[in-house]
Amino acid sequence: MVDRAVISNTEAASVTLADVARGQTAWVKRIASDDTQFRQRLQSMGVVKGTEILVDHTAPLGDPRVYALKGYRLTLRNSEARHILVMLE
Amino acid sequence: MDRPVRIVTVALVGNPNSGKTTLFNRLTGANSPVGNYPRVTLTPQRREIRHRGWTLAIVDLPGIYSLTSQTPEERAARDFIHFNTPDLVLNVIDSGNLDRSLFLTSQLIEMGRPRVHALNMIDEARKKGITLDTTAMASMLGGSVVETVALFGEGFEGLLDAIIAAVETEVDAGLVKITYDSHLEQTISRVTDMIGELHPAMLDKAQCHWLAIKLLEGDDEVLTREGEHTQLIDLIRLERSALARNHGDEVDTMIADARYGFIHGLLQETRSLSKPDRGGDLTQRLDRVFLNQFFGLPLFLASLWVMFEATFSLGKYPTDWIDAGVKATGAFLNPLLPPGMLHDVVIDGVIAGIGGTLVFLPNIVILFFFLALFSETGYLARTAFLVDRLMHPFGLHGKAFIPLVMGFDCNVPAIMAARTIESPHSRLIAILVTPFMACSARLPVFVLFAGAFFAQWAGTVVFAMYVISIAAAMMAAVLIGRWLKGEGQTAFAMELPPYRLPTLRAVWFHMWERAQSFLQKVGGVILVGSVVIWFLQAFPNHTDRTEEFTASITVAQAQEDTPERAELLAHLELQKNQDRLVHSYLGRASQAVTPLFGALGFDWRDTTAILTGFVAKEVVVASYAVLYNQSEEGEKDGLKAALAGAMPPLRAFAFLVFILLYSPCLSTIAVIWREAGSWRWAAFSVVFSFGFAWVLAWLVLLVGGLVT
Repeated sequence: MVDRAVISNTEAASVTLADVARGQTAWVKRIASDDTQFRQRLQSMGVVKGTEILVDHTAPLGDPRVYALKGYRLTLRNSEARHILVMLE
Repeated sequence: MDRPVRIVTVALVGNPNSGKTTLFNRLTGANSPVGNYPRVTLTPQRREIRHRGWTLAIVDLPGIYSLTSQTPEERAARDFIHFNTPDLVLNVIDSGNLDRSLFLTSQLIEMGRPRVHALNMIDEARKKGITLDTTAMASMLGGSVVETVALFGEGFEGLLDAIIAAVETEVDAGLVKITYDSHLEQTISRVTDMIGELHPAMLDKAQCHWLAIKLLEGDDEVLTREGEHTQLIDLIRLERSALARNHGDEVDTMIADARYGFIHGLLQETRSLSKPDRGGDLTQRLDRVFLNQFFGLPLFLASLWVMFEATFSLGKYPTDWIDAGVKATGAFLNPLLPPGMLHDVVIDGVIAGIGGTLVFLPNIVILFFFLALFSETGYLARTAFLVDRLMHPFGLHGKAFIPLVMGFDCNVPAIMAARTIESPHSRLIAILVTPFMACSARLPVFVLFAGAFFAQWAGTVVFAMYVISIAAAMMAAVLIGRWLKGEGQTAFAMELPPYRLPTLRAVWFHMWERAQSFLQKVGGVILVGSVVIWFLQAFPNHTDRTEEFTASITVAQAQEDTPERAELLAHLELQKNQDRLVHSYLGRASQAVTPLFGALGFDWRDTTAILTGFVAKEVVVASYAVLYNQSEEGEKDGLKAALAGAMPPLRAFAFLVFILLYSPCLSTIAVIWREAGSWRWAAFSVVFSFGFAWVLAWLVLLVGGLVT
């Protein structure tokens, strides 16, 4: 259901959380997904505009990854992180 | 002093990992344990305690991150607060994780019930150098704030006093508000007014306000509930699109942003850090090892191996003792009961049934000792993270890995291990897929058949069974996942809690709770089931030829004691048993269903073995021994030889595939029933696995026929 979300062309060109390398920090711009449930789930885990996110660990097969944000650790699949648009330092 | 005799209902709400269950257990004096695993039924636990002359009924609602309608847990929690209107909401917050935890709090504020906030695990926060201004926090959150350490019961007096003070003074909980964008505020008040007009005198102002926010968030459940008020739904649609157009953000995003803004402001004013965040805390150091790209998986497999070995090697000793104990009880009762119906029911039915339940207990206790250790330390969530990539393509959650691997030994504890999966949807798939894992009870059948039909390739054939087992489980996961689609499938987004030292108390609770619920809930089903199946197999215990055999045996016994006589007697005994099994209810039923297996070429002997295997797979071997007039022990080779000519190798292979995949045993079905929460899922599992086994066996014959 997450994959169904539509990303417009301009957004596709910008950086997503999935593109951020391990050890780097990024700031959330917005969640690019039409799926309200998915958006709300991420919001309830602290992923909102301005949240600072550090890419902490990568699973042995490259997916999912662990992110440090708001003083705790969150795991996301890359297919999910791809819907989170971010700004880099 | 007169005081109204009244029970005060206190709803316990909090994030997962906030220590809510620990607080509930400790506060209510938990003599009977409450497991920390997600419960299948969402009926909240309720326990009463007394404090200063008041009776408090504490209701433990499921651990949640938010109050949307996304998951059954969230719906259960918010419905309880909205419809049951508890006198007070006790909000448990992880003090070390306020930035995110307070998101739930911000939503509780809007539900308008009187609240008390427990800043739990305050000791961990203090160690990090965090100081919190509870007085300022209390006025901003609208409700007392009490610092607690649930593990040691620290701060409980103050907490209970605060609860009673809140109930006695009946403070207006609706005074505190989250402030939204001015356009959004205007919209909310317009919608609130309309809801008030549509539900006159039914909802108070706070409830109308909350409903307005939920509707504007696009909450499916609330929208459906208000569906009859087309006027309202139209207004919502218009307002939502207008807001989204003007602000460039969806309304739910605007609301979430405002909530986190409120939290940010609150923490700015109430939280101070005495020492700088060093960053290199224990969790970070441990994660560098356990989540390491190279060592992470090997370490997980090693810990899994230790768990596996302990569960089944260590568990073997108590299991043997239980076995011996059951046998001894049977032997003890044997002479006490007069021969006949009652004797057989007690010895062969009831005692065997009790034994059949008890033998699982050591495995379950040891397995849950390890699972409790994994879950209490915080390692369990990390194992799911490590293997998620392997499981996800099949629609399985990373946490399904442990149950599936445990399934190789015994499906019963494995299915219970699926309790560690939070999402009901993912848990159900794991429960239904685990029976396809080739448990150790299937091995004797594999060994017998592989030896009889594929002498030179025996090892390869047995190995193939294990490969097919894994492939079938994955196929089944995909199929079942497709059928269940849309039932609360949410993002993987999972919290990795900090590593914590497990407490003996918590580990003990986990083990005890599992053992108890297994005996109480599953034991009965296994017991009744074993008695029923035993009955079907043993009755009617009189056939047309019973007399004939008895007479022949008597004649033989009268003869001189020679080796020939012993052989004849043994042969007669075997024939008698075979005759009885064939004519038993089970035997007749097997013959009746044989046509169903016509396409697979299985004869009545095979179907009888299959149906008896329903008790436990290893019984298949025993049944073949009876059906082919061979003794099971001693002369295994005799049975192999007798079988070898009975069917072509290809059909034998298809038969093995069938044995591998159809419902493993009665106990597994009983466990599925209990763990999936409905007999319907148990029935589904039986039908599905029989169908699946049939189709795959048929495919083996088809493909094999083309190749050879």
